[in-house]
Amino acid sequence: MSDGFQRRRGGGAVATFTGFEADLVRSLASQLVELLRNEVAAPNLSDDPLEQLLDFSGPTTAPEDPVLARLFPTAYPDDEEAAGEFRRFTEGGLRDHKAAAAVAVIDTLEEAGLPAELGEDGLMVDVELDRGGAVTWMKSFTDIRLALATRLGVEEGDEDYWLGLPDEDPRAHVFDIYQWVGYLQETLVDALSR
Amino acid sequence: MSAPSPIEVEEPQADELTDHVTALDKPWVTLVWNDPVNLMSYVSFVFQTHFGYSRKKAEKLMLEVHNDGKSAVSTGSREEMERDVQAMHEYGLWATMEKQT
Repeated sequence: MSDGFQRRRGGGAVATFTGFEADLVRSLASQLVELLRNEVAAPNLSDDPLEQLLDFSGPTTAPEDPVLARLFPTAYPDDEEAAGEFRRFTEGGLRDHKAAAAVAVIDTLEEAGLPAELGEDGLMVDVELDRGGAVTWMKSFTDIRLALATRLGVEEGDEDYWLGLPDEDPRAHVFDIYQWVGYLQETLVDALSR
Repeated sequence: MSAPSPIEVEEPQADELTDHVTALDKPWVTLVWNDPVNLMSYVSFVFQTHFGYSRKKAEKLMLEVHNDGKSAVSTGSREEMERDVQAMHEYGLWATMEKQT
């Protein structure tokens, strides 16, 4: 099992993953990309191509999916109009950045030798990130953890509940993954904080 | 950042003047709210990285978020606070903004 991230000489962080672990991170990042791209940020109802090009407005109401609602919080809780304006100008860009970060994670893993289909046993994937790359991974780990926690319904201080679930409960497995990504995140923050 | 000069007032006390300038210059505040997911070390890292705060200040604000449920992490013009809120959302922190009271 991976020891997580270590400080990289000259800044950034390095980590070694088993093929299974790297494949798991890729799968989580892929699901995040799919979620971010699935629900259209700016619904465009016009058939006119010129109008479509000129329509740079984004959504003005919070996403219905609770994960997306958490990834794109309402900036002005007491002012619906200002909140809508803020969302219109920021949510599209935020979505693109979060998707691009997750794609960067996937690309880094594949460039480090993770094949499209995991086959051979004993594969190890060495990841080396400069500081900028490490911050990108941190942001993406955060989004992945927010997504997993929102789906599970994780609340403050309820760790014992999740750890007490029987092994056959699928949520126990998801919580394990959530905690593992948290461990990777902790080592990554630590590697960059020294 | 531009700061309006204080208008001439009748010999204010030093702290009154400071309050006056602050109210004119920094009418908005960015709040970061506690959530059960983000790691304390990460939240502190974000405050240091985005705002350029010292580790000590970043940890104090992070502990306020953790213990009090929220913390005012920056103040400034409405435009500046919108940029800070957007940056916090990029980092996955739950941030909102409001007018300073």
